[in-house]
Amino acid sequence: MDIYKALVDIVGEEFVSRNEEELYIYSRDSGLTEREKPDFVVMPGSAEEVQKIVLLANKYKIPLIPVGASLTLSGLAVPIRKGIVVDLRRMDRIIEVNRLGRYAVIEPGVTQGKLKAFLERNYPDLCHSMPDAPPSATVVGNILIHGQGNLSQLYGFNSTMVTGLEIVLPTGKICRIGSCSLSPYWFAVEPLPYLAGIFLGWFGTTGIITKLGLRLYPRKRLRDIEVFVLDDPEKVADVVYRITHTEMAEDVITMEQPYPMMFRDVVLVQIYFNGDSEEEIEFKRKMLWNSVMNYIRSRDGGFMFLTPDVQEDFLEKPASSVTRFADVMKGGGFVYCGAIIPVEKFAEALRKLKEIAKRHEITYGHVGRIVGRGHCMMFSFSFPFNRADRASMERAKEALHESYLATLELGGIPWKPELFAQKMILERMDKNAAELMKQIRGLLDPNGIMNPGNWEVEP
Amino acid sequence: MFELKFDRAVCEDCTTVDCLVRCQYMDFDVEEAKREIMKLINGEDSVVLHECATCYACEEYCKRGNHPFYLITDLQEKKGIFPAPRPILRQWINLAIPGKKDFPHFPGAKEPVISLCLFPEYIGSIQGKLFEDVSVILGRHFFCQLVYLHFGKPSIIRERLPKIIENIANHGFKEVVFFHDECYSTFTSYANAYGIHVPFKPVHFFEYLYENLKKRESEIEPLNVKVAYQRNCSTRLTPWKEHYLDKIFELIGAERVERKYDRENALCCGGIIRSLQRYDLFVDVQKRNVEDMARANAEYCVFNCPACYSSLAKRVEEKGIKPVMIHELCKLALKRA
Repeated sequence: MDIYKALVDIVGEEFVSRNEEELYIYSRDSGLTEREKPDFVVMPGSAEEVQKIVLLANKYKIPLIPVGASLTLSGLAVPIRKGIVVDLRRMDRIIEVNRLGRYAVIEPGVTQGKLKAFLERNYPDLCHSMPDAPPSATVVGNILIHGQGNLSQLYGFNSTMVTGLEIVLPTGKICRIGSCSLSPYWFAVEPLPYLAGIFLGWFGTTGIITKLGLRLYPRKRLRDIEVFVLDDPEKVADVVYRITHTEMAEDVITMEQPYPMMFRDVVLVQIYFNGDSEEEIEFKRKMLWNSVMNYIRSRDGGFMFLTPDVQEDFLEKPASSVTRFADVMKGGGFVYCGAIIPVEKFAEALRKLKEIAKRHEITYGHVGRIVGRGHCMMFSFSFPFNRADRASMERAKEALHESYLATLELGGIPWKPELFAQKMILERMDKNAAELMKQIRGLLDPNGIMNPGNWEVEP
Repeated sequence: MFELKFDRAVCEDCTTVDCLVRCQYMDFDVEEAKREIMKLINGEDSVVLHECATCYACEEYCKRGNHPFYLITDLQEKKGIFPAPRPILRQWINLAIPGKKDFPHFPGAKEPVISLCLFPEYIGSIQGKLFEDVSVILGRHFFCQLVYLHFGKPSIIRERLPKIIENIANHGFKEVVFFHDECYSTFTSYANAYGIHVPFKPVHFFEYLYENLKKRESEIEPLNVKVAYQRNCSTRLTPWKEHYLDKIFELIGAERVERKYDRENALCCGGIIRSLQRYDLFVDVQKRNVEDMARANAEYCVFNCPACYSSLAKRVEEKGIKPVMIHELCKLALKRA
């Protein structure tokens, strides 16, 4: 069978490639995962084309790797068993925005930047939860890896904001989940049995999303920030508890890094809040200040005075300072283990991060995001490296692997883990739960074609 | 180590106790003020050590040159009474540690030389007719350190200052123009009060601007604008150079509006008060100050200190008043010529 020709027949010659230079691009992401070239890259333009590709792959048992912008940094979109990479970025329509119901229906190729710009232009009183990823990252990709955004402190992981799904199942059936399965409205996946969970956090191993309903939220006219500074990491969890108790904050971010010097030996708790008027902003600011007044009085913590340029930097959405950190070693590389941990483990996690960095003679950075009013947090163990310096890359890799282990020791779970860490998770997981995952996957994907290697439970 | 030149007899004899009676952030009558100043000169605890907003104004209110503010800050440190939370102080201490981008020496720098302190963002503004042929030095190796007066940690100033002076002196300059008022006040008032030798002549930016405007007087087209001036804290340490400002305003055709909170009665920009975590006071001070400027129909709010600008510019803009640094206003008068 001439697979190339079959793919051309489905999407047209323009949207299939087996050229070495293009395969090279899809052989890697920006992290440290080993490269592996796919056999083909295909860019479908519709759910029907995706369906035909899946049917073809199923017939010939060819691995399929659905990708958005391939920005996970942990190799989730690297075709480790070769096969066909399905690049979904042509499917980038914002199909519908229901203003009064505050939801949007989008295709998988819609980027963070596109949705943000579209809403700002057409629905200025609505917004979505935006991660600090590059604007080229896809909204659906972020949701499928349980990403977090600037609204996660209020509403939880971005994956909890899904109101409906259209999926091409691994056997080629197109399936709708949620209200959209029986109604023209995409308002919720409830009150039906919660099937959405079979597709969220599975890294494309259970199907290919072709449409997604997404909750939108009120976008206030003004946005501001206060930065609370502590020199004792042990106090951070309580500070976060007090701040989130006010219900005044939109986003709460923790930060610790050795450079610039002003940030050394202190932990910053960035508190974002918003309002439609100055009065609302000032009221919220006052509530936030009052919530940590005990630390101010004891001289254990205080709010930073932010110069306008620093404030502007902090308020940027998404924060480009992340990319500056990525190039701190020059040569433009960084990896991180996003540990989802209880907030009470903050100080211990920070200690481990510093120990790991010291052991591997590597610089580090930490940015964390509170999820769901302190229900948990994403704690990043971040390590920059220089791509031109093999030794620096090795050190970063070793530090990263140790961070995965440290996360599990803390009672946390590595977020969007690379294969190595997925295995560590599965080994420690309740055996029956792991078996259930295997059964679900076997049921949905009997030929094991979907992003193989990921979430594979050993026999 | 350097000791403050402080004469207790001067305070004991004082009948007006202006240093505390005139304080804008604490309320004392003469009797109470006398009691508190006596506690201070005896090295005892006083409410002043806890409530001081660190505006520096008492240094100016004391017409006998006895350095009440320096005494307060030394006592705060001695007694461990820190006006700001520990982590905020930690940030400020770390801020001044030189990094890779800081140069201890500027080869080829020659007079006239302007020290830009830690304000690299102003390099682009040091250009045009007023700044022809000037050299600039800047960075943490030239940072005056005076800010630690606000945080009850003045020993850091005395510890670091000799090295900073050495870094500047190594260039062989006879005179150095200080862009930041705080630097000028460090190398004059503070160094003198603690007997720290400064082997070059500090020149205030006002003096530099005035002399250079004077040279180009024929090129000036008067601005004919009404301005409010925001005094910064360290001007209280060196009030003798303030007359240059009035001369500058006169030269460029800027009318300094009559208002309540000007000259010796000036209010703090609020930035430091906020850093000391006194949010209500910060809001109140900024509000009173800006409303006063607006009432006096000021069109511009003129700043001498970049930190004051950062703290107050947004507030004055909201009131329809244009914030401007003094040298930018001067350039405007020349540019129109």
